[in-house]
Amino acid sequence: MSDTLERTAPRVTGSPSGDPAAPVPPEAGRRWRPQHVGVHAVLLLGSLAMLGPFFWELSTSLKTLGETLVLPPTLLPAEPQWSNYRDVFDTLPFGQMFTNSVLLTAGRVVGQLVLCSMAGYAFARFEFAGRGLLFGLFLSVLMVPSQLFLLPQYEIIASLGWLNTLQALVVPGLFSAFGTFLMRQFFLSLPRELEEAAKLDGANHWQIFTRIMLPLAKPGLIALTVLDVLWSWNDLMWPLVVNNDPMAMPLSVGLASLIGQYQVNTTTLMAGSVLATLPVLVMFILLQRQFIQGIAFSGSKG
Amino acid sequence: MSRMRRNDLFWAGVFIAPTFLGLLLFYMWPVLRTLFISFTETGPFGGSEWVGFDNYAALAQDSALWSTLWNTVKFTLVALLGIPLALVLAALLSTPGLRGVKVYRVIYFLPVVTMPAAVGLIWRTLYNGEVGVINAILGTIGLPGTNWLSNPATALYAVAVVGIWLGLGTQIVIFLAAIQGVPKDLYEAAQLDGAGRVRQFWSVTLPSISPSIFFISVLAVIGALQTFDLIFVMTGTSNPAYPQTETIVAQFYQRGFVDNQQGYAAAIAFVLLVLIVAVTAVQFRLQKKWVHYV
Repeated sequence: MSDTLERTAPRVTGSPSGDPAAPVPPEAGRRWRPQHVGVHAVLLLGSLAMLGPFFWELSTSLKTLGETLVLPPTLLPAEPQWSNYRDVFDTLPFGQMFTNSVLLTAGRVVGQLVLCSMAGYAFARFEFAGRGLLFGLFLSVLMVPSQLFLLPQYEIIASLGWLNTLQALVVPGLFSAFGTFLMRQFFLSLPRELEEAAKLDGANHWQIFTRIMLPLAKPGLIALTVLDVLWSWNDLMWPLVVNNDPMAMPLSVGLASLIGQYQVNTTTLMAGSVLATLPVLVMFILLQRQFIQGIAFSGSKG
Repeated sequence: MSRMRRNDLFWAGVFIAPTFLGLLLFYMWPVLRTLFISFTETGPFGGSEWVGFDNYAALAQDSALWSTLWNTVKFTLVALLGIPLALVLAALLSTPGLRGVKVYRVIYFLPVVTMPAAVGLIWRTLYNGEVGVINAILGTIGLPGTNWLSNPATALYAVAVVGIWLGLGTQIVIFLAAIQGVPKDLYEAAQLDGAGRVRQFWSVTLPSISPSIFFISVLAVIGALQTFDLIFVMTGTSNPAYPQTETIVAQFYQRGFVDNQQGYAAAIAFVLLVLIVAVTAVQFRLQKKWVHYV
C-alpha cells in the first residue's frame, strides 16, 4: 500500500512539473481572450461560493444583533459595530486561549522540526541492520486512524497529572511518523557529494547534519512547518479531550464551547471566528507558495 | 562489522531514538492498549474488569452504532462528489493562456487553511432556518428553504456540503499539478484527430492523471470516514437531527470521553479501523480497472 501511495503521491521536491506551487507559465502569453469568457464565468461563480461564507462572517461580525435578525438579510451593516470584537474578550478568556494556541502550535512545530529531521535524515542516510523493519514500523503508525491512540494517550496524560496543562497539548504531538517520512523523502532527494566531501574533511555525522544537510533541507522543513501549523492551530479533538478548563483551552475548543450557550450572540460568534482564523489566513496570504506546496504533498489536513 | 558500520549504528541510535521512543509511548503501545481496553468494562465505581468479547457482541446488537455507521457511509459518499467538482475546476484552471490562475488558486484554497471549528460556526449562520442567507437566496428564486441543520432529512447532507467546500482547494491543487505534468504531445495528437476540449478532457486528461485521482479518493475516503469536527460544531448533541448526523467517530468520542464507557469506545475504534482497512483495500483492488500508470 505504501508503495503505491508513494508512487502516486506528488513529490515534495523534484521536477518543476511535479511542483504544485510552481509559477504558472509566463504571463506574457496570457491575456483576456473572448473564448475564455465561459471559463471565467464558471470559475468566478465558484469563487463566489468560496468567498461568500467569509464575506458573510465578516459582515455579520460587524452588525448589530437587530440587523442579523432582519428579513431579507442585509449585505452590509449600516454602521460597523467594532464593539462586537470587544464582546469576544468579555465572553471568553480570549487572550489566554490565543496564547495557548500559539504555544501549542509553536511547541509542536519546533519539536517536530528537530526530531523529525533527525530521524528522517538517519533513515535516508545511515546503513544499519533492521532499518527497513524499523521504517516499516513508523509507516504502520501512519496508517492507523488516530482514534486508536486517543484513549491510552489520555490515560498517560492523566497519570502524569498533565490534564489542563500546556504539556498535555504539546507533548504527544512532538513525535510524528508522517513528519519523519516527509523529511526522509526530502533527504533522499539531496545529492550525496557534499556529505562525502565533509566526511573526508573529518566532520562527524552531527556536524554534517547540522551544518550541511539542514540548510539544504529548508524547503522540506518549510513544508513540515506549514502542515504542523495548520494541524496544530485547527486541532479540535485532542485539546477537547485533555483540557476542559477554559484557561487551558486553545481557540478551537474555546470557539466550539460557545455553541449551545444561548446567551452568546451570532455577532460575537462571528467576531470570534474572524479573530481565531485570522493569524493562519494572514500567514497563508504571505506564504501562499509554501502553503500550497506543503498541503499538496500531504494531500490532506494533518 | 566494520568500524564504519558500527559508527553508523551509533549515530542512527542518536538520531532516531527520541522519535522512536515518543512514537512507542504515544502511538505504538496505545494501539495494543486500546485493544486490551476493548475487552474490558469500566465499573460503576471506577476500575475496569475483563469482559472478553462482550463489547463487540454489544456493538453488533447496537442499533445506534449501525445508524452511525450508515450516517458515516452516506457522508463519505456525498463528500466524494467533491472529486469530480475539483477535477472540472482544475481542468478549467489549466485552460492554456488563461489569466488570473494564481488568484483563483488562492481563493479556492482559503477554506483549506481555515479552522474547521470556525467554518462550522460560519455555516451554521448561513444555514439558519429563520434568518439564514441561504434560505433568503432560495426565496428570491422561489424555492422553499428549511432549517437545514435541524431537519433530519437535510442535516447530514448540509454538513457534507461544507466538508466538500473545505477540501476542494487541496484536491484542485493536486489535480492542477497532475494536469500540468501531462505531456503536451498527447493533446496535440488528440487535436490532430479532431478532438475538442471536452473530448480531450475525457480521453487524454482523465486517464493521464488517474493515479492522482486514485490518490485523492483514497485520502478523501479515509478523511471522510473519520469526520468529527464539523459534526461536533454544526449539529451537536442537543440538535433534533443529531441521530441522523452522528458519525462513528462522534459516537466514539461520546462513549469514550463523555459517557465514560472506554471499553465500548475502544471497540468502536477497532470497528473504524476495520472499516478503513476494508474500504481502502477495495479501492486498491478496483484501481487495477481504472488507474493507468505510465
